Amino acid sequence: MSALKVLRIGPLASIQDQGRPGQLQQGVSRGGAADLLALAEGAALLRQDSSLAALELAGIGGLFEATGPLRIALTGAPMQASLDGAALAWNASHQMQAGQRLEIGAPKRGLYGYLHLGGGIASEILLGARAIHLMSGLGKAVAVGDLLPCGPDQGREVGLGLLPEDRFQGGVLRIVESFQSALFAKDVRARFGATAFRRGSRANRMGVEMVSDGAGFTAAGQLNILSEIIVPGDVQMTGDGKPFVLLREAQTTGGYPRIGTVLPCDLAKVAQAQAGTDLRFCWISLEEGLAVQAKHDKQVKALPASCRPLLRDPAMMQDLLSFQLISGAVSADADPFDSKDTNSGDFT
Amino acid sequence: MGQGAMDFPVIRSAGLDGMLVTFSEALTEPANRGALAFCEAVKSSAWPGVRETSTSLASVYIRFDAETLGHGALKDRLLTLLDQRDWQQAVLPPGRRFWQVPTVYGTELAPQLGEAAAAAGMSEAQAIESLGSARVRVLTIGFAPGQPYLGPLGAEWHLPRQTELTPRVPVGALVLAISQFVLFATSAPTGWRHVGQTGFQGFQLGSQDPIALRVGDEMVFTPVSRSDYERLCAKDPHFGGASRTEIPV
Repeated sequence: MSALKVLRIGPLASIQDQGRPGQLQQGVSRGGAADLLALAEGAALLRQDSSLAALELAGIGGLFEATGPLRIALTGAPMQASLDGAALAWNASHQMQAGQRLEIGAPKRGLYGYLHLGGGIASEILLGARAIHLMSGLGKAVAVGDLLPCGPDQGREVGLGLLPEDRFQGGVLRIVESFQSALFAKDVRARFGATAFRRGSRANRMGVEMVSDGAGFTAAGQLNILSEIIVPGDVQMTGDGKPFVLLREAQTTGGYPRIGTVLPCDLAKVAQAQAGTDLRFCWISLEEGLAVQAKHDKQVKALPASCRPLLRDPAMMQDLLSFQLISGAVSADADPFDSKDTNSGDFT
Repeated sequence: MGQGAMDFPVIRSAGLDGMLVTFSEALTEPANRGALAFCEAVKSSAWPGVRETSTSLASVYIRFDAETLGHGALKDRLLTLLDQRDWQQAVLPPGRRFWQVPTVYGTELAPQLGEAAAAAGMSEAQAIESLGSARVRVLTIGFAPGQPYLGPLGAEWHLPRQTELTPRVPVGALVLAISQFVLFATSAPTGWRHVGQTGFQGFQLGSQDPIALRVGDEMVFTPVSRSDYERLCAKDPHFGGASRTEIPV
């Protein structure tokens, strides 16, 4: 079976899939890819199942060599990519031959890029999934010298592209009330929805800090709340009233009060926001939330039909290649989570 | 304001696709019992569209497919089920086990026993007598895979969390705060006081049964000497000499 050998990689790259839903009673966090839409896009481009595992690159790319012929797809935060020196389109599928080298640079927008293999990455299954969860002792970060083995690849098609939904530059996060919202006074909730936030410097796959000017957002009886279940998207207020949006890898229970829950379809926007990116919350009703999420789920299901051959569509090719116009040097030591450089560049 | 005015049990939504049934705003033995029994009843009802059920200290969480089972319909079913009996008086679900875990209290293995005992107004010997004889229940498993919250301990152990975090306690550490133990299944920082050390590994990836404990199991942390502890750990590196028996229904 073909594999991809890791010749260079950033410190936080990990194998991810849909994670481990359904194991809360054992204390197992859902986890999985920070940007689930990117997993679905990669699966669509390779004409395979979105349950397969891919490599999540966190803010830093890497250098990889194929041990045999294999198919790849590149999705998520647009990164500069080349195959033996020739530029590759992002949001597209490609063929690699034995010995060919794939080089991926840092993201210009967003944080998490995904490298998918035809047949998925056939790494060890841990508690029902291949997703790495470091805090839980489930697997290790991918390191130099690792081999990423392909699973059985049923497909042959490459050279497909798609136009991704832009979730790489912040924006509006739709939020519904949840079981602890009533702990926050009405005017505090209203102010929360009217406040301009920026992604703070503290962020990882578990949660993302939001910073704003002005007062914090505290709950009544904040310190005496019984630890309660956490669902992905919960916005938790720490002791000083600072919001953290909790992602799928968050611990399963927590004692800080939560003002509401961001819709699952908006979580990629949170995970992909570079530090300093503008974000705000918009309260919507449960009914509206369900409708928005249902529409998103429908679009995800339609992704395979939206993939089109790269070369036969010059308009799309132009668009996809524009993601390659990355200026500036890329340092392997740069901390992508602290970058303030979010708005320079050639993109509109 | 807030939860003070609520009539328990209360049903609230949790995110887009979840519902939470809460039996009390404080941790009590009956509230935890109610949560365990009610969760079991929801599970055995096998309603179409329910994807996951789990319990926290005093609540039951239900995750569901909102297209198959609407919020209104689920709430109706939960209300009907809640009305069937007083869940806080219910018999606990079957399949529970009783664990006796050899434990070293104090020494450099568990350096905060003295501090915890003083905060509870006891000598170390009294604290060992109290903690070492307490039969506690796995109230919930959370934070990390296989990591139990155990209790409730008596009110004398209602100690606040430390303001400073202990940078790291090892696997098997027995820590205490707010009338509960946590038995660490990973090595991690904690704001709870490290009063005992066991050889019990609650999460062993790769073993037949990677997560040893179930919610509702009961445990006693039996005091042993350090030399006995070391001998037991050498003999039984996974569970440090813990014994397990089924609790009869």
